[in-house]
Amino acid sequence: MRQYEVTFIVDPVLSSEEISSAAQNYIEHLKSEGSEIVHVDELGLRPLAYPIKKRTSGIYYCVEFQAPTGELINKLELALRRDERIVRFLTVALDKYGVKYNEDKRNGLIGKKRDKKDDAKHTEKPKAEKVIATAPLAATAVAAPTVEKPSVEEEE
Amino acid sequence: MASRDDIKFLSNPNIGGAKKKYCRFKKYGIKYIDYKDPDFLLQFVNEQGKILPRRLTGNSLKFQRKVSTAVKRARHLALMPYVTDLLK
Repeated sequence: MRQYEVTFIVDPVLSSEEISSAAQNYIEHLKSEGSEIVHVDELGLRPLAYPIKKRTSGIYYCVEFQAPTGELINKLELALRRDERIVRFLTVALDKYGVKYNEDKRNGLIGKKRDKKDDAKHTEKPKAEKVIATAPLAATAVAAPTVEKPSVEEEE
Repeated sequence: MASRDDIKFLSNPNIGGAKKKYCRFKKYGIKYIDYKDPDFLLQFVNEQGKILPRRLTGNSLKFQRKVSTAVKRARHLALMPYVTDLLK
């Protein structure tokens, strides 16, 4: 059993029923192929970073599933490719860390992790600012006595 | 008179020194980089949406590869732009 993740973008011009039925269609498709749906994530309407098929936004869906063989991926991708309602799709095989990450994300643990990252960022930035802030002060304070010293070091 | 030891402290030795870069993924134990999280990936691209080199981000080779695939996947899904200006 391997865990996969398929993300696809549905055309936003369709009615909401059509959109959900399109997504449901693929979920059923996966189930009928003998795979087990782990999680369906509706990321909702998002703006696209660049226009695709003259659309500037799309509805993102992310379906995580376990499949016994990789053969159904080809069938799924063929169906997605033929479907005009689907703007873009991407299938990814998840490694063990990816599986864990998605699990943690569902349980709300990743929020903390991300805070940690954010903290790291925030602590980094003030430090950098401090250095910048203190640099001119220190430079001005000790400018006179250190004038000679750096020049000597440069020469060396 | 100031002795040789006092002179050492007249200039801050930390001013000129470059801060040592480190791989944040190794440091914080992040094992997986999500391609569906463009806000996070934005840290690894420049204003034009190009992936920053390792010498600027400090990532280890292993995670730089993961970052680059994640960015490329995000680009494919239109979560991040392929080319742009004034991204940040």
